[in-house]
Amino acid sequence: MNMRTPLGNVRGLGAAHSGTEHFLHQRLTALANIPLSLFLFYLLIPLIGMPYAQVSATFSHPFLAIFTLLSILSMSVHMRLGMQTIIEDYIHVTYLKIPALLANTLFCILTAMTGIFAVLKISFGV
Amino acid sequence: MTNTADGADVACKKDTGKRPLSPHLHIYRFRLTMLMSIIHRITGGILYFSMALFVSWLLAAALGPACFSKVNNLIASVPGYIILFGATWAMVNHLISGLRYLIWDTGYGLKERERERMTMVTTFSAPFLTLLLWIVAYALRGG
Repeated sequence: MNMRTPLGNVRGLGAAHSGTEHFLHQRLTALANIPLSLFLFYLLIPLIGMPYAQVSATFSHPFLAIFTLLSILSMSVHMRLGMQTIIEDYIHVTYLKIPALLANTLFCILTAMTGIFAVLKISFGV
Repeated sequence: MTNTADGADVACKKDTGKRPLSPHLHIYRFRLTMLMSIIHRITGGILYFSMALFVSWLLAAALGPACFSKVNNLIASVPGYIILFGATWAMVNHLISGLRYLIWDTGYGLKERERERMTMVTTFSAPFLTLLLWIVAYALRGG
């Protein structure tokens, strides 16, 4: 027996207004982040305090640049989902929650775009 | 509220204090898994803002040698190294603690003794693993 309203049927979602995407994306990016974070340890810790020439030479290597870009992408998605959960757990007032969720999305897009732009610029050497 | 005819609204307001609330943190007995859950969130938050530092460093390198050397001077200080070491710890901790959650997702390791032991190992090994990572990185770099 279907107790849903016609509108509810069309939307196909419950009171949470979303399905299992959040859980799936969170776990998939978590899995992707395991090798990516090991890669970042390997790449970044030895670069700390190194001069400009060495840093730009490192990122001009295609594989290192590509895996840095993949790390930024996967980690930004994971960051956004994680902070969304924290916001939804602790902020219950709608007029604070919605702006906080929007700010979270903006922050993640901004950091990701900055990182992607920077890596590409260093890598292409323009 | 001027609409007193709305009985449900009035009743709702009056009973708020009497209704049972869902149990919150202070009601539970302290557990290591509980502490680690909180640390997992905190390290996640640290990494969230560390991403901004990481991309700033990348942007400085993209802007050229002059800008990059200024940022490098900021990093080459005691607070700079403390922040970077702390961020590495947050990442190591979040990584191995996250692995534990992924194992729990499959249904394994959830018995009382197992989950406490796993939590103990991940929490206390993280600082040592972080130190080891830095030592290995500096050894490979050749001092």
